[in-house]
Amino acid sequence: MNAYLFTNARIIDPSQNRDFTGDLLVRDGIISAVGESLDVPQDAKVLDLKGKWLVPGLLDMHVHLREPGEEYKETIESGTAAAIAGGFTAVACMPNTQPANDSAGITRFILEKAQSSARARVYPIAAITLGQKGKQLTEFGDLLNAGAIAFSDDGLPVRNAAVMRKALEYAQNFDALIISHSEELDLSKGGVMNEGLVSIILGLKGIPAAAEEIAVFRDIALAELTAGRLHIAHVSTKGSVEIIRQAKIRGVRVTAETAPHYFSLTEEAVFGYNTFAKMYPPLRTEEDRLAVIEGLKDGTIDAIATDHAPHSVLEKECEFQMAANGIIGLETAIPLSLNLVRDSFISASQMIRCMSISPSKILGVLGGSLKDGNSADICIIDPEAIFTLTRESLHSLSYNSPFLGKDLQGKAILTLVDGRPVFDPMGLLP
Amino acid sequence: MNRFTARHILGISTLSPDEITFILDTAESLKDILERPIKKVPPLRGKTVVHLFFEPSTRTRLSFELAAKRLSADTVSISAKASSVVKGETLIDTARNIEAMKPDVIVIRHPYSGTPHLLTKYVNSSVINAGDGTNEHPSQALLDVFTVREHLGHIENLKVVILGDIFHSRVAHSDIQAFTKMGAEVVVSGPATMLPSRQSEVLGAKVVLKMEEALEDADVIIVLRIQKERQGQSLIPSVREYATFFGLSPDKVKLAKSGALIMHPGPINRGVEMAPEVADGPYSVILDQVTNGVAIRMALLSLLLTKAES
Ligand SMILES: [Zn+2]
Repeated sequence: MNAYLFTNARIIDPSQNRDFTGDLLVRDGIISAVGESLDVPQDAKVLDLKGKWLVPGLLDMHVHLREPGEEYKETIESGTAAAIAGGFTAVACMPNTQPANDSAGITRFILEKAQSSARARVYPIAAITLGQKGKQLTEFGDLLNAGAIAFSDDGLPVRNAAVMRKALEYAQNFDALIISHSEELDLSKGGVMNEGLVSIILGLKGIPAAAEEIAVFRDIALAELTAGRLHIAHVSTKGSVEIIRQAKIRGVRVTAETAPHYFSLTEEAVFGYNTFAKMYPPLRTEEDRLAVIEGLKDGTIDAIATDHAPHSVLEKECEFQMAANGIIGLETAIPLSLNLVRDSFISASQMIRCMSISPSKILGVLGGSLKDGNSADICIIDPEAIFTLTRESLHSLSYNSPFLGKDLQGKAILTLVDGRPVFDPMGLLP
Repeated sequence: MNRFTARHILGISTLSPDEITFILDTAESLKDILERPIKKVPPLRGKTVVHLFFEPSTRTRLSFELAAKRLSADTVSISAKASSVVKGETLIDTARNIEAMKPDVIVIRHPYSGTPHLLTKYVNSSVINAGDGTNEHPSQALLDVFTVREHLGHIENLKVVILGDIFHSRVAHSDIQAFTKMGAEVVVSGPATMLPSRQSEVLGAKVVLKMEEALEDADVIIVLRIQKERQGQSLIPSVREYATFFGLSPDKVKLAKSGALIMHPGPINRGVEMAPEVADGPYSVILDQVTNGVAIRMALLSLLLTKAES
């Protein structure tokens, strides 16, 4: 078929604990050799990547693709176009579509749609409960057979602890993962931003950190009770990080993710009643932000996931109180995460681990590694490139990002899925 | 020279002490008009003021309308319901429609914090916040400061105590900022469910849970209205309990300086947050507040509109 030889790249592959300058050969869609200096095969197209990073295709384990049901916000096609533009070769999509992904039929619809239109790999996460109503468990076995890879009622917590317990128990028959959207609804009710000084200044009802922490603690206690496998989505508070840290020390089967906005912004982004800074969990304080970074640093938080949540002007250009929760994240994850590397909070290898092999392992899917013989899902990053995030530069159908208009540094310049250059804006691989 | 450059009155938070003083001075000169037999002057002839109220409010609206009329502006009132999740006409649509009629000032009251700020992005007219959610009610705070200055001659170094639901009161939010900006010491007190309980300080005011301690040496006592509509949220066990433990009784008034001013933004729940004897007592300036409200609102309108001309 064809062969690409990438030379002089900084190859970062945390799955093999490698970070070196060298070459990588892709042949017929497969990674066929990696080394410090490879011979140039006659038939290979050679691309010199001096100063660039070559990393495993990134996996975002928490996105909202909005299809079926809200295609005016995003589709499987547009969402995965945003993914590859952001360096992601795979995304796991949450089930809070309309209807919710709570049956094999919907899962199959998503996968068929992905087959025909997706630009990246799509892994559907199915609902824990029917209609995400928190009462009756969905058919885990059937959903897994249809292609679901984990379970979550994301967007909502499983309010009833007994139901969550059953989910964590039943999932074990299938070695399945339960992902917790941790929120104590009675405490968060009516809240539209973090509860603290800024919410007082703006006269907005706050959501206390405890609303997240109580739920994180509850689900960890249930994981401990059942020995089930639990993943905590979008960790945003200092308390949550500490609860997860202690649980891991005790040996609880728990993993966790945070989103770039929680380590990049604080509640102060809400000033001016900026609806692009409204999300759940809300942006927290500087203390929380630093604790989240510390969690990434010491491995308490395993993954960086964007919680890509597209919304149109209908949901965002309105009173703050009425605005929908969520921001897009696929096309800003690399530069925001790179900020942590530039500021020496984490190493490049830690960053890539959190965005590739770590989420792959948590979800139990292939990918996230540059081992010989693997499918060539690869992302090439120019860590220095500075760009301005604009509506026009975005591939997502929505532009609800608090970083709109801001200059960001570092971006994907080439993304390959199965060795095919699916994102190549500079025409590096004709 | 008109030293007033603000285009909108969105909150006390965006006003400087100088601007506040300027508004008070302007209100003082305009207050005379209210005492004349013919209570109307022409400066705002040909100007249009739209009152856009998304919440029922007889008093504030009447006060704003009177203020506009005293200055000979044309006024239009629109009552609307804050659209819920219904995909009907949005606030922005409403704003654009009103803007198309070319008003000079839009006075808006809305149940959601920040709505006046949003409005300014879509209209060219000046916007006055007549109360937004639990955020601010700047004209109320200005009239409160005005009333205190009128009676006590100054604001600096006074001890102002605000009692009641601080957390959910836009009056409290604006009062705290206005009085602290003008150099007063502000203390807030009430049930802990109605205070930012974690903070010892809120917007520059000291949080004191014990009412007796809060009232000590007070020069001014501002009592907030208990929102009976909030009872569903169970911030207090009962109105009766509130009256007993948090209501301002004549006995509690004695803890303050003698002659301390008693204020209330109205309407009063007599016998709940304030005993009738206190409301009608010799140091109650509650009705002065109402009169001064018109003067303050006249000042705001004339400052915003005459500025537009220069
Ligand atoms: Zn969630």
